[in-house]
Amino acid sequence: MSMAAAQPPVTDVLLWVVYPYLCALVLVGGLIWRYRYDKFGWTTRSSQLYEATILRWGSPLFHFGILMVLIGHIGGLLIPKAWTQAVGISDHVYHLMAVFIGTVAGACTLIGLAILIARRRLTGPVFAATTRNDKAMYVVLAGVIVLGLWATVKANAVGGGYDYRETISPWVRSLFLLRPDPTVMAAVPTSFQVHILAAFTLFALWPFTRLVHAFSAPVGYLTRPYVVYRSRDPRGGLRPPRRGWEPARVTRKAGR
Amino acid sequence: MRIWGGPGARRGRRGREPRVMAQMAMVMNLDKCIGCHTCSVTCKQAWTNRSGVEYAWFNNVETRPGQGYPRTYEDQQRWQGGWVRTRDGRLKPRSGGRIKKLLTIFANPKLPSIRDYYEPWTYDYEHLVAAPASSDTPVARPVSLLTGKDTTISWSANWDDSLAGGNEIAAGDPVLASLRDRPDNSVLQQVSDRVRQEFERTFLFFLPRICEHCLNPTCAAACPSGAIYKRAEDGIVLIDQDRCRGWRMCISGCPYKKVYFNHRTGKAEKCTFCFPRIELGQPTICAETCVGRLRYIGLMLYDADAVAQAAAVEKETDLYEAQKGVFLDPHDPEVVAAAQRAGIPDDWIEAAQRSPVWDLIMRYQVALPLHPEYRTLPMVWYIPPLSPVVDVLRDTGHDGEDVGNLFGAVEALRIPVQYLAGLFSAGDPKPVTAVLRRLAAMRAYQRRINLGEPADESIAATVGMTGAQMEEMYRLLAIAKYEQRYVIPKAHAEDAHRLEALGTECSLAKLAGPGARGPYGPGPFGESSGTPVPVGVETFQMLRVRQSADTVAAPRDKQTRVNLLNWDGKGRPEGLFPPQRKDGERQTSDRTHNEPENSGPHNNEPTSSEQETSEPRDGQP
Repeated sequence: MSMAAAQPPVTDVLLWVVYPYLCALVLVGGLIWRYRYDKFGWTTRSSQLYEATILRWGSPLFHFGILMVLIGHIGGLLIPKAWTQAVGISDHVYHLMAVFIGTVAGACTLIGLAILIARRRLTGPVFAATTRNDKAMYVVLAGVIVLGLWATVKANAVGGGYDYRETISPWVRSLFLLRPDPTVMAAVPTSFQVHILAAFTLFALWPFTRLVHAFSAPVGYLTRPYVVYRSRDPRGGLRPPRRGWEPARVTRKAGR
Repeated sequence: MRIWGGPGARRGRRGREPRVMAQMAMVMNLDKCIGCHTCSVTCKQAWTNRSGVEYAWFNNVETRPGQGYPRTYEDQQRWQGGWVRTRDGRLKPRSGGRIKKLLTIFANPKLPSIRDYYEPWTYDYEHLVAAPASSDTPVARPVSLLTGKDTTISWSANWDDSLAGGNEIAAGDPVLASLRDRPDNSVLQQVSDRVRQEFERTFLFFLPRICEHCLNPTCAAACPSGAIYKRAEDGIVLIDQDRCRGWRMCISGCPYKKVYFNHRTGKAEKCTFCFPRIELGQPTICAETCVGRLRYIGLMLYDADAVAQAAAVEKETDLYEAQKGVFLDPHDPEVVAAAQRAGIPDDWIEAAQRSPVWDLIMRYQVALPLHPEYRTLPMVWYIPPLSPVVDVLRDTGHDGEDVGNLFGAVEALRIPVQYLAGLFSAGDPKPVTAVLRRLAAMRAYQRRINLGEPADESIAATVGMTGAQMEEMYRLLAIAKYEQRYVIPKAHAEDAHRLEALGTECSLAKLAGPGARGPYGPGPFGESSGTPVPVGVETFQMLRVRQSADTVAAPRDKQTRVNLLNWDGKGRPEGLFPPQRKDGERQTSDRTHNEPENSGPHNNEPTSSEQETSEPRDGQP
């Protein structure tokens, strides 16, 4: 679509270009800043020590569910329709697959989240260890998940299904390609629009909550030797030596 | 900072030069432990006197027989700590390999809950002074430090101290259970039952425990983040607090359950072997303050390439000998040369030659590893106690210092020997018997000298030693001085300017000024965020809070109150009495984190909120 054809309304540009990029910027910048400033706070802050019985059900349900949801989103949003068609998956089959796997994943996520939130509220020590930051994060996280499920259910169960791969997916890809195209988003059902905006809000909050632990998923463990050796930390205290305090070093000149 | 793979990375070369590494190690002489818990208390004060690790005891003292701390930690069928040997002769963490670890990362199935430790508590002291007048004396009720609500104390780190709780609790000892389950010896099956039946006549001894700083640590192997590492210079196992992500796998991995989860910061913590002290040539705080002087600290040189093979020997009862095979004799010129080539400084090699740990483990062979069957090659060893045997002899009217009686008793008293074997030699009584015989011989040999009789070389000869060796061993075990018990070479910090950096960077601003943070002043993301605060600063902050607090949770106006302990009795500083409040006025005190250094000895600051807002405090005493 050429830009000369019609200028998109300002609201559309704000919602579907400025806001997503702003959130992405906050996400990336926030992660870098937090990693540099607050490595010590970069943790799961697990509450398993307080309570394990309910967690044992809720946490894997939620986490495996949300990982499946993540894969589904990556597949649905980043892979163009033409590609799946090219490998012989008809739209109908794709839709069935997406609805079936998506329902399972969404149900796991939602049930897991419900268990985890109930546990957090009802278990004394866990609730006592819940910060305001956590509570805000839970509201947004649960909001995004519920809104997403609601949009899907509304489109598929009540309506005749909505093919987001024609509108939302190209828009997401246009964001990644740095050629944002807000016009396709105008016609998207409100339920999906709200879900998307909430999701970007979550991305912007991400670096400032305990959710950062998702970015330290320990995949390196699979290839690492079991026992790690390290030489004594050459730094005194917590910071690297300041300028002018570097250790004395001999630089050998050639020809000696 | 260099990071590299462990001993498993290079193995199986024959006819090679040993890869010499140095390990700081400890030996504890259990005959001397009186169970006073001084080590635990000073360790607690130094390291874990903080929010989130109230239940963590880097050093604890257990009564044996007993369940230990955390409860029944030695039951590896349940907790799955340590390594197992696979069919092809390799080692794998008992709780599962890498893939299983990652699949169970969302809820670690083998993590002890806080109930397996105990729910940390304090007391509602305020009630003692705030209770309304009544004919009953007010009591300070226990308050949970997890929930802030009233709680019932039902367990602690040494609840079964000195066999308290009787055989109901002692019967839960996993070591007794393992003896019972052993099918190969009918006598052993009855051992635990007899301990239970003969409870009044049973033995007890104390077992102080710190992190073992293993040569083959499972905690490090289980850490998905790679945050736990073994220091190449001295073998101390540490957790990088900046890399730990709170996956909790180390706690399951450690068979000794000596990694604790800080439930406030969400990071794992463990005994550090007091590395800041060790680097300065000082013993650990537990050793420094040990009343019985039962701890020995020194270096051991070992062949890092031999570790994996030694830990994977087929029979568990061979692990003791296998681990001894990993150690290198620091008196051997070839070892010295190899150590020099490996970059170990000369004063460290010299310290290894004087190491009391080497003498106790290798020369006199009286120290044994704790639970070698976990295959972690632990480096805190124990001299098993002869006292249970001596006590029985004495109580039955025999001479507890006669070598014949002692030898006979070591053979006859199967319960203590089997029990000690369950702790120190994977159930094999031979090493324990040998140690006890050596200790018994020393006892008899020295008694003659003590009574002015001529030394009897034949006593020494029965355990394969000479009289001179007996004498040396006696001196090391009984009367060794501080410098002989602790042979600790200083870390080579030829970049000593760092100490100056430490001095200049640790400013007042960090201690109490505007920059003061830590668990007592949250970072932007709640209490676990921000860069770590040095322990000294943290302790300072906490003592400060504690001394000015008089409730379970510090009162909001604590900054304006006078600590009577610091009051010199002169004058009437403001804050000596609670401020008079106008109706409806609420005290504000968000000054914890921006208070300038003007409090002086009296800490006499403005008390009411009007003063706070109207008068900027600018450094007057």
